[in-house]
Amino acid sequence: MINKILSSAEEAVHDIFDGATIMISGFGEAGSPIELIHALIDQGAKNLTIVSNNTGSGEVGLAALIAHKRVKKMICSFPRTANSTVFPELFKKGEIELEIVPQGTLAERIRAGGAGIPAFYTPTSVGTPLADHKESRTFDGITYVMEHAIKADFALVKALKADRYGNLIYNKTARNFGPIMCTAAKTTIIQVEYLVNLGGIDPECVVTPGIFVQRVVHIENPAQESKLVAENRRYPW
Amino acid sequence: MVEKNIIQGWDVNQMAQKVALDIPDGSYVNLGIGIPEKVAAFVPEGRELIYHTENGLLGMGPAPAPGEEDPELINAGKKAVTAIPGACYFHHADSFTMIRGKHIDVCVLGALQVAENGDLANWSTGEPDAIPAVGGAMDLVAGVKTIYVITKHNTKTGESKIVKRCSYPLTGKAVVNRIYTNLAILDVTDQGLQVKEMAPGVSFEYLQAVTEATLIL
Repeated sequence: MINKILSSAEEAVHDIFDGATIMISGFGEAGSPIELIHALIDQGAKNLTIVSNNTGSGEVGLAALIAHKRVKKMICSFPRTANSTVFPELFKKGEIELEIVPQGTLAERIRAGGAGIPAFYTPTSVGTPLADHKESRTFDGITYVMEHAIKADFALVKALKADRYGNLIYNKTARNFGPIMCTAAKTTIIQVEYLVNLGGIDPECVVTPGIFVQRVVHIENPAQESKLVAENRRYPW
Repeated sequence: MVEKNIIQGWDVNQMAQKVALDIPDGSYVNLGIGIPEKVAAFVPEGRELIYHTENGLLGMGPAPAPGEEDPELINAGKKAVTAIPGACYFHHADSFTMIRGKHIDVCVLGALQVAENGDLANWSTGEPDAIPAVGGAMDLVAGVKTIYVITKHNTKTGESKIVKRCSYPLTGKAVVNRIYTNLAILDVTDQGLQVKEMAPGVSFEYLQAVTEATLIL
């Protein structure tokens, strides 16, 4: 019998190892798997490379993981956001590496990673400093820059509903990087608010087919990052 | 450039209105964060535009009433928005397929500098201790069919933002189609920057005097 549902976030992240590359879903707080990130902080893995659009806010979730010096390198498109202070401070001290990637290029590199495509050409960033030292090529008179796929050891993703096969649907703009990250990691770990029986998600409406998912954890009332930040909460509490 | 009588020209709302009037009915539109967002308020009645926000929503509606905000329904500026009837959500690779694949008709962006050949700089001042952050700007200018820039003509210290060559790091090369400032509307053409319209009280001589780039009347 296939059952990808595990009993706790702790169990779901137990084998994340030092030096792992981890994709973390979310655009700002929307879609950020806070409970899985907190379980990762408790678990202790370090020297991590994190692929995520932003760097978290306050001292919870991704920002807390960074504050605990578990992250060696961030690959992201926009490391500064409102209430984002942890990353900028460490970056200015030279204590964390940054690879800045245009948002669409980041998405496509992840998509390519999941789709078995090692590299691709894109018009984005041509003529800018972000194309420096990258291979370029002209197709039909237009210059494109080559970008490499990104693959990960683990993906931590927040979705709305899952069944035991790992079929997923998401909530509104919290979908963002989730579906592509699920495809690009060796082990994809999902936190969902609702577990449903097989057939509980209309097959026409499945967003992430279960084949891309290895583990599912039920987090009934996920924390809201902006609320925690407004309350000055810090993880671990 | 020291000018004795500084002309303010259009205010931000009037600039946004000028942009709104130029967007055809039925367009798919992406509005950048900040001043560009104001454009939506000035779309003439009878025109239907569909707003794309690159974090994964087509059919973005206005901000919700206070107390109705949903932290999982936001725009690219991470502000709460609504979804209109007929809206749809999608993941980031699809969202940037819409952008890079030239499916979005118009994008309105702010600028630090625009050069006379249409080069745009709007993501970094290039200062050594600045933390680089690019977001979707480079994808938008590389992929959207028509790029409109809305910006003050000059910086707070009076320097021209409309320049011969951008000194800040580029967002894209030769990507801007039209510039809306408080003083004028400028078209980027093969011949150079063509003045399409000037704000009341602005003469061509005045406009050229406060502009680093060469203008064509």
